[in-house]
Amino acid sequence: MSENNVTAPVKRHMGLKTSRALSNTAIYALLICISVIWLIPFVCILLQSFRVELKGPVGYVLPKQWGFDNYIALFKTDFPRWYVNTFVSALITAVLQTIIVLCMSYTLSRFRFKMRKPLMRFMLILGMFPGMLTMIILYRVLSDLGLTQENAVPGLILVYIASSGMGYYVSKGFFDTIPKSLDEAARVDGATRFQVLKKIILPLSKPIVIYTILTAFMGPWGDYVFAQYISFGTSSGMNVAVGMYRWLNHDQISSSYTMFCAGGVLVAIPVTALFLCLQKYYVEGVTGGAVKG
Amino acid sequence: MKKYTDLEFLKLSKGKKFLYKITRFFCSIPQKILGIFVALWNLIKKIAFAVKDEAADIFSTFVHGDWKTKVSFLVMGFGNLARGQILRGLLFLLFEGVFIAYMVLAGGYWMSMLPSLGKVGPEEKYDFILDTYYTVYNDNSFKILLYGVLTIFFIIAFIYTWRVNIRQNKMAEKILASGKKLKSGKDDMRSLVDDQFHKTLMSLPLTGILIFTVMPIVFMILVAFTNYDGAHDGYYSNLFGWVGMDNFNTMLNWNVNSGGSVQSYAATFGEVLAWTLMWAFFATFTNYFLGMFVAMAINKKGINLKKLWRTVLVMTIAIPQFISLLYVSKMFAKNGIINGFLMNMGWIEQALPFWEDPTWARITVIITNIWIGIPYLMLITTGILMNIPSDLYESARIDGANPWQQYTKITLPYMLFVTGPYLLTSFTGNMNNFNVIYLLTGGAPTNPAASSAAGTVGYTDLLITWLFKITQGAESQYYLASVVGILVFVVVALISLVVYNVLPSIKNEEDFQ
Repeated sequence: MSENNVTAPVKRHMGLKTSRALSNTAIYALLICISVIWLIPFVCILLQSFRVELKGPVGYVLPKQWGFDNYIALFKTDFPRWYVNTFVSALITAVLQTIIVLCMSYTLSRFRFKMRKPLMRFMLILGMFPGMLTMIILYRVLSDLGLTQENAVPGLILVYIASSGMGYYVSKGFFDTIPKSLDEAARVDGATRFQVLKKIILPLSKPIVIYTILTAFMGPWGDYVFAQYISFGTSSGMNVAVGMYRWLNHDQISSSYTMFCAGGVLVAIPVTALFLCLQKYYVEGVTGGAVKG
Repeated sequence: MKKYTDLEFLKLSKGKKFLYKITRFFCSIPQKILGIFVALWNLIKKIAFAVKDEAADIFSTFVHGDWKTKVSFLVMGFGNLARGQILRGLLFLLFEGVFIAYMVLAGGYWMSMLPSLGKVGPEEKYDFILDTYYTVYNDNSFKILLYGVLTIFFIIAFIYTWRVNIRQNKMAEKILASGKKLKSGKDDMRSLVDDQFHKTLMSLPLTGILIFTVMPIVFMILVAFTNYDGAHDGYYSNLFGWVGMDNFNTMLNWNVNSGGSVQSYAATFGEVLAWTLMWAFFATFTNYFLGMFVAMAINKKGINLKKLWRTVLVMTIAIPQFISLLYVSKMFAKNGIINGFLMNMGWIEQALPFWEDPTWARITVIITNIWIGIPYLMLITTGILMNIPSDLYESARIDGANPWQQYTKITLPYMLFVTGPYLLTSFTGNMNNFNVIYLLTGGAPTNPAASSAAGTVGYTDLLITWLFKITQGAESQYYLASVVGILVFVVVALISLVVYNVLPSIKNEEDFQ
């Protein structure tokens, strides 16, 4: 009887331990599986960008003959031009869009004015219209202004930033978490609203500012639809997505597939590096604000 | 059905309680939908009363106002100028001047053309000297519609400003009568960075939204009632004009004109809509549950290298979708890596029809979307999972709950409560998820029966990709595209309205502050 009393808990303890070890092993196996599955496409792109012997898609991964031919070939196409187009539009968009989004979200978070609720509801309803529909008219208007085809970059920037005020949700969620008593204390001390924003809110908002810049940069960097509309088949006005998309068409894929991989590597590297450096802020933005939207 | 009181409810058995809850939920849906209509009706009533009040106020301001106020009804800003508010007065006056000049010089013409959208189309003319034909371009329907809409916006803005001008007169009279001083121009400038700071901050974003979103949407809604397409582009080829509800009749008509081999637009629309809803459902919920599962696996006590696992997944967010999606679409192709691998291993004899067979293609799209979506969901759910109070789990464990029970009784209800609104936005976002479908399949494989409608319709086409296809090519039936766009809006709005009214967890935003 007494023996039983002693051994039973020990046995149970052992059972728990082994079962936990078992389940942990299973989870490790699963995580390794997931990591492999998630990384395979990127490893494949990287490997195939070095393939020399065949330029089309093939059923194996490891190149038989390695070399930088595809990268060199890239520079004989319009790729550098597309790259510059993409970079310039992404950079300018990142700056301007961040300013607009922050203005909007700060206002909607901090001020209480009569039209606030109706305005937010109105923007919610506007967001339910497929944005693509507006491209038809914007294309014609921009082409009247001469901002399409070879001059696509300014037109594209205009399209990206013009409506960005509607994407205020995440940063508004962030501003909502900054205690209002801070503002009030400063207001009592005689600060204007502008000073409150400059001296109190902005210094506290570094994570959300970086998050907004990052997402605003990544949007144009990978955009296909709008860029396709506005460049309208003119190579010098394309961004990388539109330009490289054509390399995978039926008539070009057998000669440009590996070049696509090489271009993909060059496009992915800067933005991935930037992203990994600022990962902390991105995670904060997503976990903090995206859900409340 | 019978409604129990709280005490009666507690007496029921477990199964009956559950049944009761479910039936009550579904019984409440029609009531809630009815509630939406009641709310809409109330809104209309409210607006009507507001208009009545405004009119009465304007009238009484005119009757009781002094001569400065009365002149301001015609000359905007006169009252401000006469009472010493120079800056405001000049701005009002300037606005009125610009408005009148615009209406006389251009706006009047656009408004007069709006009912017809242009009278004279492009004409062939004969040149006697050079002995050739040349084309003379006349009215431009596109510009008429565009500037017509702009002019209407401008008129609304003018009426609003006129109203503000009158209200200011009334207020100025009141302030002066009570012996206080009016605000000077300097005060106005200062208030723009202080108590009116929100107007300064929002002027730029709202102007952008007005010009680049509201106006195009109004324009495109109007296009749905015209015959604007590639052959009627309004200037170079032919004028376009109003056709009333014809386009909606075409799109929602089940009858087929030419024999039985061709599918009607309505049937095609129904098919695409059904797949769109199916896709949105699977895309949202597979990602949601699998993403939560991965997050929980990484979060679990005793798992090392948490940061590494997360970084591996998060990295895939950074790589532009057009690269990863296009590449994955080629991986699944007939001569792609996956088929090649499976054949080299001798597991299959023939290439699997990932993109060629409708059902295969649909499943592959959903699976690839899981690959795209899990990292994102993992991030979102990680944050929320960590916020669940851990003493909840501890007390559950002491009470002998196994992990599955803990999940269904604590984790899942909590998650569903917090992420309810997110799930809704993600559902509607997936309905309009252009990138994943267009870059992966481009809508393929083609649906031969449905493709008799505008554009080439494929089995994986969503409404949004179909819309895009309709606008491409020489035919480019913009009017049909905008009908589809309006219908997409209606569907999304209906779903949102119903869910918002049925969901228990629409929180008060002030709760977060």
